Amino acid sequence: MDEIFGIPAPLLFGQLLLGLINGAFYALLSLGLAVIFGMLNVINFTHGAQFMLGAFVAWALLSFLGLGYWWALLLAPLIVGAFGVLLERTMISRLYKLDHLYGLLLTFGVGLIVEGLVRNEFGSSGLPYRIPAELQGSWDLGFMFMPIYRGWVVVVAIVACLATWLVIEKTKIGSYLRAATENPALVQAFGINVPLMMTLTYGAGVALAAFAGVLAAPIYSVNPQMGANLIIIVFAVVVIGGMGSILGSVVTGFGLGIIEGLTKVFWPEASATVIFVVMAIVLLTRPAGLFGRA
Amino acid sequence: MAAPGGFGGTDFKHEDEVVLGFTKSQLLAFGVMVAFFVVAPFFLYPVFLMKVLCFALFACAFNLLIGYVGLLSFGHAAYFGMGGYLAGHAAKVWGFTPEIAILIGGAVGGLLGLVFGWIAIRRQGIYFAMITLALAQMVYFFCLQAPFTGGEDGIQAIPRGSLFGAIPLGNDMAMYWTTAGVFLIGFLLIHRIVHSPFGMVLKSIRENEPRATSLGYRTDDYKLMAFVLSATLAGVAGGTKSIVFGIATLTDVFWTMSGEVVLMSLVGGLGTIFGPVVGAAVIITMQNYLAEFGAWVTVIQGAIFVLCVLAFRRGIVGEIGNWLRVRL
Repeated sequence: MDEIFGIPAPLLFGQLLLGLINGAFYALLSLGLAVIFGMLNVINFTHGAQFMLGAFVAWALLSFLGLGYWWALLLAPLIVGAFGVLLERTMISRLYKLDHLYGLLLTFGVGLIVEGLVRNEFGSSGLPYRIPAELQGSWDLGFMFMPIYRGWVVVVAIVACLATWLVIEKTKIGSYLRAATENPALVQAFGINVPLMMTLTYGAGVALAAFAGVLAAPIYSVNPQMGANLIIIVFAVVVIGGMGSILGSVVTGFGLGIIEGLTKVFWPEASATVIFVVMAIVLLTRPAGLFGRA
Repeated sequence: MAAPGGFGGTDFKHEDEVVLGFTKSQLLAFGVMVAFFVVAPFFLYPVFLMKVLCFALFACAFNLLIGYVGLLSFGHAAYFGMGGYLAGHAAKVWGFTPEIAILIGGAVGGLLGLVFGWIAIRRQGIYFAMITLALAQMVYFFCLQAPFTGGEDGIQAIPRGSLFGAIPLGNDMAMYWTTAGVFLIGFLLIHRIVHSPFGMVLKSIRENEPRATSLGYRTDDYKLMAFVLSATLAGVAGGTKSIVFGIATLTDVFWTMSGEVVLMSLVGGLGTIFGPVVGAAVIITMQNYLAEFGAWVTVIQGAIFVLCVLAFRRGIVGEIGNWLRVRL
């Protein structure tokens, strides 16, 4: 098993793994976007900045308080999620009656503010964040070496996506959420506090982004631009998958990550644009997206 | 009246259109604008004014889509930037005169707009914004790798050349009048489009697309046509900018540029004819004065976005119009 299609096996599997990792982040971020959009009808343009904030909070917890990776995995989503709740209460909630695009413009502006402030404070160059001691090293899988941390990221991302799916599809609060997505006025009439649910949904979606940010911190360098460039790709992922189904976002996220990884092997020059090309093809053939409802 | 919370400007009591579809108040505002651009180069730095003019045309082109069709394109940097690259390439490598180079820039913007518009109008609202942004990012990556764009360096030392092969534009004043001419033609063209029967159909699509469809209009064709016109003018603006400054770089195709043109239109007033011009002047002036503060420019731009969306949705010109009860 040295060569597959004339490509050295380690290179192929290495890129596939990298694709899976990127796919994990696409899945986590597009999932958060989809949950927020379903409930609030707002496309959260701040999502990238919140992902980046997650990584920075993890870095700050370690540098200033000496709290390591495991604490960051718990605390960073809570801290950034709380920021999200504040944002929803003070600003986003004022726009529900207006054209949905105003929500996009507002969150874009907030993203610029956050990114600019972080860049002022920490500069544009990346900050290092070490892989926690428990997850260092790599496994020998026979055909390739697999860094343990990368395997961990893929597994945790899948677990987080499954957990989100379970909460939304199988719990009582999830059923309220789905009902409120369908018809908020009716759900409110049944005595459920819909504005509170919207706030918490936004907070949860933001927390998911921050969680992804902490996962990303040891892989990518922690820098102010890490979210902005990613979020545009995630938008394309969302367009391809359609925001109708949770499972759809997850499958599309991982699938596109793998396609991107394979493109890096077979046609490196096209790897940066392949997801956008896939988006264009999907729009031409299935405008509602692969899993979307028209 | 525009739909509450929509993007169109507010219409007040009917004012008769006096000349060229301008109402009296618009004619007055137009006179003020032209007078300003005639007098300004004697008081202000012409290169700064040329930058304002290029971005004003860019913002007007963007506003044609959002203000009159209700389409938020978040990827207008693609047409602006590609127009700039091709105009620069045409002037520098192919040796065309500046007016031909600028027209090539416009043609490239329009062609790109035709393809991207054709793809993007399949979805509406938020999806449309995300699709245009993603397609523009694809153009950015293309420009990063394509040999003729010069990658990170961009195309440098683009010659200004001679207008029609006769009037050398090396002199800033000659270049200024040319730029002002390009802007004015673009501005009047947009005004004409908006006030034509075609423009009326666009506005009806903005207000109520299903109803426009039921009246027998192929709304997708109208939207695509508006998209192509807007992208063409954005390409012209980008082309003019690279001729003026002699440089075309990746900054002009990056998503931040798409955000900036949205901001300019928003600050000036979406769906007003003069708003994008005022917005461009305000934002470029701000960037000029704050250039030394680095990332604070980003923070302030973000803050203006938030402020405009939350408290100031009519924009500067929209507020003035609302105060005077006239449509500007």
